[in-house]
Amino acid sequence: MEWIGRYVSSIVEVPTPFWWKVSIAITTPLMLVCFFCLTYLVATGIGVWGNNSPVNWAWDITNFVFWIGIGHAGTLISAILFITRQRWRTSINRAAEAMTLFAVICAGLYPMLHVGRVWMVWFLAPVPNANAIWQNFRSPLLWDVFAVSTYFTVSVLFWYTGLIPDLATLRDRAKSKIAKLSYGLAALGWRGGNRQWRNYEMAYLLLAGLSTPLVLSVHSVVSFDFATSVVPGWHTTIFPPYFVAGAVFGGFAMVLTLMIPMSYIYPSLKHLITPEHIDKMCKIILFTGSLVGYAYLMELFIAWYGGNFFERAAFYNRAFGPYWWCYWSMKFCNVVAPQIFWFPSMRRNLWVIMVTCMLVNAGMWFERFVIIGTTLARDFMPSAWGMFHPTWVDIWTFVGTFGLFLTLFLLFIRFLPMICMFEVKAVLPEADPHYHGKGTSHKEAH
Amino acid sequence: MEIAGNSELPSYAIAAQFSSAAELYHAAEKVRDQGYRFWDVFSPFPIHGMDQAMGLGRSFLSKLVFLGGLTGALTGLGLTWIPSSILYPLIVQGKPVDFFSIPAYFPIIFELVILFSALTAVYGMLILNGLPRWHHPMFNWDRFSQVSADGFFLAIEVRDPTFDERRTRELLENAGAQHITMIHEDSDL
Repeated sequence: MEWIGRYVSSIVEVPTPFWWKVSIAITTPLMLVCFFCLTYLVATGIGVWGNNSPVNWAWDITNFVFWIGIGHAGTLISAILFITRQRWRTSINRAAEAMTLFAVICAGLYPMLHVGRVWMVWFLAPVPNANAIWQNFRSPLLWDVFAVSTYFTVSVLFWYTGLIPDLATLRDRAKSKIAKLSYGLAALGWRGGNRQWRNYEMAYLLLAGLSTPLVLSVHSVVSFDFATSVVPGWHTTIFPPYFVAGAVFGGFAMVLTLMIPMSYIYPSLKHLITPEHIDKMCKIILFTGSLVGYAYLMELFIAWYGGNFFERAAFYNRAFGPYWWCYWSMKFCNVVAPQIFWFPSMRRNLWVIMVTCMLVNAGMWFERFVIIGTTLARDFMPSAWGMFHPTWVDIWTFVGTFGLFLTLFLLFIRFLPMICMFEVKAVLPEADPHYHGKGTSHKEAH
Repeated sequence: MEIAGNSELPSYAIAAQFSSAAELYHAAEKVRDQGYRFWDVFSPFPIHGMDQAMGLGRSFLSKLVFLGGLTGALTGLGLTWIPSSILYPLIVQGKPVDFFSIPAYFPIIFELVILFSALTAVYGMLILNGLPRWHHPMFNWDRFSQVSADGFFLAIEVRDPTFDERRTRELLENAGAQHITMIHEDSDL
């Protein structure tokens, strides 16, 4: 049992590895590019982004929905798979939850800066603004403020609560004074007494139970931003489930994109992140990808069957209008590419999985752009049509958010336990109070 | 018997180590049957069924969280309904602000229920567990640092009315304990 602590803790205890220094030397400048672009945006004005009438919600909202969707797999793994007692989740949930937090941080930047004058972002808070006007509490945009801020807060709480016993492990193993002090402070004096575990397990179960409806609600509320409008192509009831399925789909692809290189860099984790985990995640990608494919087809069918002229035109424009290549890229990446996971041998081939997940990552970005960009570019009146062209600030802000995301993730794997040690210990056979076998523990098996 | 901490200070508890979760479980059942009240077992992970073995009921936390969620629901309803209907009625798209507009507040009410419940769950857990705290007498025992790796421990406090140094020690010995140690309080407590 002690080997788990040794394997996982050694990652944060060894001297900084060379690959880590190289990686952070690449991601940190990218992160600074993002900060530079945002500073330039705030100093100059929102016009440095390419969004303009009619495409007022362009890359900023596309990227907001893209990033927030990525976060959803983390919450799904940590909450829904916990409640459904899927024990295989225990070795991936910590990293996936961290990914959620960092993705939501990237997502949150966009709507905050999209308001234009970022110093007035407090107008979103439920207090009367500078003109003594209250918010419209019936607006999905305000619901979104509550949904996203609650999601971030609860994700932080869930993640930190899960970390407490493992921080105690790092505290007890720490050699240097600084490590002992910092992990000791973060562990809050955890002792692992059963009188503590009793409340702790209840808290964890309740957080999982609360996060489950929360994660479903967040992307539903995000989809309401579109679905409650009258814009053809947005005004559809399929949006909430369609968005949630897409979020889980894209999020799992991102989890695999991060986990596969991790298990390559840290071979000691191969006992914890096994081919079985990867196989199960591929199946979830296949399933949710097919759900997304069904939603695409159903959208098309209803556009035709509904008989609304503008709705039909909107979908015709998506497929054959000026942004046709985005639409077909989306179709290929999200619907066709994951079908390769029907073959068990492909679910074991890490290169195939990596390429497919990259396609899905790209495809989910295209999906959000197709929904937002192409829909707004051509709505009712041809005289009001227009094209969207991203500026260099648009492009580098988006590239920079990947720098921010990866920098935070690299810091996480360097300083915090990447795998939830106490949960992995709890699912070992010798953790069972009725286990009396000797010599068959996992340690000997390896 | 070994001694941990400063032996000139008052005793805190008699503690012992066990070699496995199963042994700790059976020891807990024995301690429970002797009628001890101020004692605890320590393990690197929550042991399934230990609450029954220790004679503990369900955690009080779920009731606190229900109250937290209720507070969130009332806050959400007040936060949306009072400004919209009383302080600043805002007519958007000709839709009136009345009783029937309450469903439009559900998303915000729902989010606040989740937010308040989650905050109650985490802070309630910390308060019920007496955390955070700087130090604890158990940490005076060097061996206790194994608790977060693979160590299983049991400690019976001296303030327990059933506590008797000789008999408590015998009880632990009979339960198969190793490294029975008297742990002393800290100077600042």
